Amino acid sequence: MPEHHTAPLLEVAGLHKHFPIRGGLLTRRTGAVRAVDGVDFSIEAGRSLGLVGESGCGKSTTGRLVARLLEPTGGAVRYRGEDIAHASRRELAPVRAEIQMIFQDPYSSLNPRQTVGTIVGAPLAIRRTGTASARRARVRELLATVGLNPEHYNRFPHEFSGGQRQRIGIARALALEPKLIVADEPVSALDVSIQAQIVNLLQQVQRDLGIAFLFIAHDLAIVRHFSHRVAVMYLGRIVELADRAELYGDPRHPYTKALLSAVPEPDLGTGDGEAQGRNRIRLSGDVPTPVDPPSGCRFRTRCPSAQAICGTTEPPLLPVPTATGQHLVACHFAEPLPAAA
Amino acid sequence: MNEPTGLAVTSDHRDTAGSSEEPPPDQTLAPAEVAGRSPTQLAWRRFRRDRTGVISGAVVLLFFLAGLGAPVIAALYGKDPYTTYGQNQPGLLNEFGYPAKPNGGIDGQFWLGLEPSLGRDVFTQLLYGIRTSLLISLAVVLIITTLGVLIGVVAGYTGRWVDFGVGRVIDVVLSFPSTLFFIAFIPVIQSLFVPPDQETPTWLRATTVILVLSAFGWAQIARLMRGQVLSLREREYIEAARIAGAGPGRIIRAELLPNLWTPILVSVSMTVPTYVTTEAALSFLGVGMVEPTPDWGRMIHRGAEVYSADLSYMLAPGLAMLVFVIAFNLLGDSVRDALDPRAHR
Repeated sequence: MPEHHTAPLLEVAGLHKHFPIRGGLLTRRTGAVRAVDGVDFSIEAGRSLGLVGESGCGKSTTGRLVARLLEPTGGAVRYRGEDIAHASRRELAPVRAEIQMIFQDPYSSLNPRQTVGTIVGAPLAIRRTGTASARRARVRELLATVGLNPEHYNRFPHEFSGGQRQRIGIARALALEPKLIVADEPVSALDVSIQAQIVNLLQQVQRDLGIAFLFIAHDLAIVRHFSHRVAVMYLGRIVELADRAELYGDPRHPYTKALLSAVPEPDLGTGDGEAQGRNRIRLSGDVPTPVDPPSGCRFRTRCPSAQAICGTTEPPLLPVPTATGQHLVACHFAEPLPAAA
Repeated sequence: MNEPTGLAVTSDHRDTAGSSEEPPPDQTLAPAEVAGRSPTQLAWRRFRRDRTGVISGAVVLLFFLAGLGAPVIAALYGKDPYTTYGQNQPGLLNEFGYPAKPNGGIDGQFWLGLEPSLGRDVFTQLLYGIRTSLLISLAVVLIITTLGVLIGVVAGYTGRWVDFGVGRVIDVVLSFPSTLFFIAFIPVIQSLFVPPDQETPTWLRATTVILVLSAFGWAQIARLMRGQVLSLREREYIEAARIAGAGPGRIIRAELLPNLWTPILVSVSMTVPTYVTTEAALSFLGVGMVEPTPDWGRMIHRGAEVYSADLSYMLAPGLAMLVFVIAFNLLGDSVRDALDPRAHR
């Protein structure tokens, strides 16, 4: 796969989001939840990045920062080279049309008091694009695109199943013809049988319309089908970022290895990695609190191969030499060490 | 393209308006059916099936018609609540001032009898009394609901220091001993507007009662609305609206308010009987409506003075109020059940 260096559609650099913890009588600030603590990645137009991590690792916060539902406490979010990290609502207006979001919970992402037509047409109505009848025609078209009957225009969300509701949410996200969609665990609330249908739909939408995706999931298996590149997050930081084939075929970070070993796939390890794939890596303990993350490497408290250096120095996200090129790992022992396996 | 029909199999009803009696949506069989049932329509269907709700609703409606249509009914009936029939027509009251006929003087001419000593007609007095009490309490409910929804929604949606400030004000207002305050301050406020040597006009009395009751009443519904908005604010459809570029005005109007009608309606149906009784209590205690204005509470007060000799004068307004309050509370329960079938069961 040749590397082509076009300017990325979205570039995130040193992104931080600290939620203050207030306490006491006069609401003094007593601390901060460091939900996102220095995250860098970029997404090229029409490509998709999978963002994977346990719950509470800051992946949804990252998605909301990119979509500017939250304002970052630090760092830059550059969309087409323009920093939107602290843009006001007015300044955001042109960008908002191009960055849309698909939500996790199909039950709370649709207003129960509005018809499907109103919900899907809301982005168009807010921007006053076209006449009312043109908008109606566009909504019917969108409903057909996501595999719903356009006749369902006047129905209410409660009349639909979870998968159908998620399709409505996708239609709404497509209404403004976005260039980037942040999909925040779009299938994790759905039945397994429906998950594949929705992932297929998203994949089809991505191919047909050339939309870039930030696909957030806690499940490496779902991301595998969807993403060109995959980033693994742990406690507010990206620990590994690589092309899909690289990450699944040759994981370097012990956390990624542990996550992959938890995926029940018979053909996980192929060839020489077979023995490693069979070995289930069980992580002990819980994710440490993001209020007071561990010193040095954040994963060291649960890492099976932690050394003394891990407690003192935080490993930066650096490229490791591999066959296909880009593979970033934040681990002191990212170089292939036979002892680590 | 994927067939949506395959998905209809897994329609689980976790939604807000779904109820057990609602038939499952079968898109597979009837694809041509265009319009769905809105949550409001579903609530109305549920309400119509609730026999208690329908009956109490009819009773409440009857009271409203009687109260608001009092002048019409009185004109057809041919009497008014001010004329002292008992003193004008000899033979209606006995030498002690009590109705000469049994049961408080109930007969074909005076359907609910006569008031002792003054000899006024009880039926029209009750109709006009209901009218006074209902109008005052409806005005109070209208003011406190508007004010409470406005303050609560703004506080809940804005958050931070606005919410903090409003929250503390609500705490103070709710911790006030309001009944004592009413009794102590209604005469004081009235004396601000009227010199002590003049009679306080009825409209001023009514306005004072409405304003003083409203000054305390808004806090309850503001707190309720604030809580509702705090939970609604985190819903993903609010985020979806923000992503689409909606401003706070549109979010409150198009996304929040339609979801607040349920708690607003429930709150209204619960507070109207409260304020009817509160208004009656104030008149009973002598700080609300006074002679000669017909008033529910003042009638009960008068009834309490004479009940040992003439029980029927107390029974008419007392029973009417009992029926009204019970019916309105039952209606409130039914409205809540119909709008929010999963809550408070």
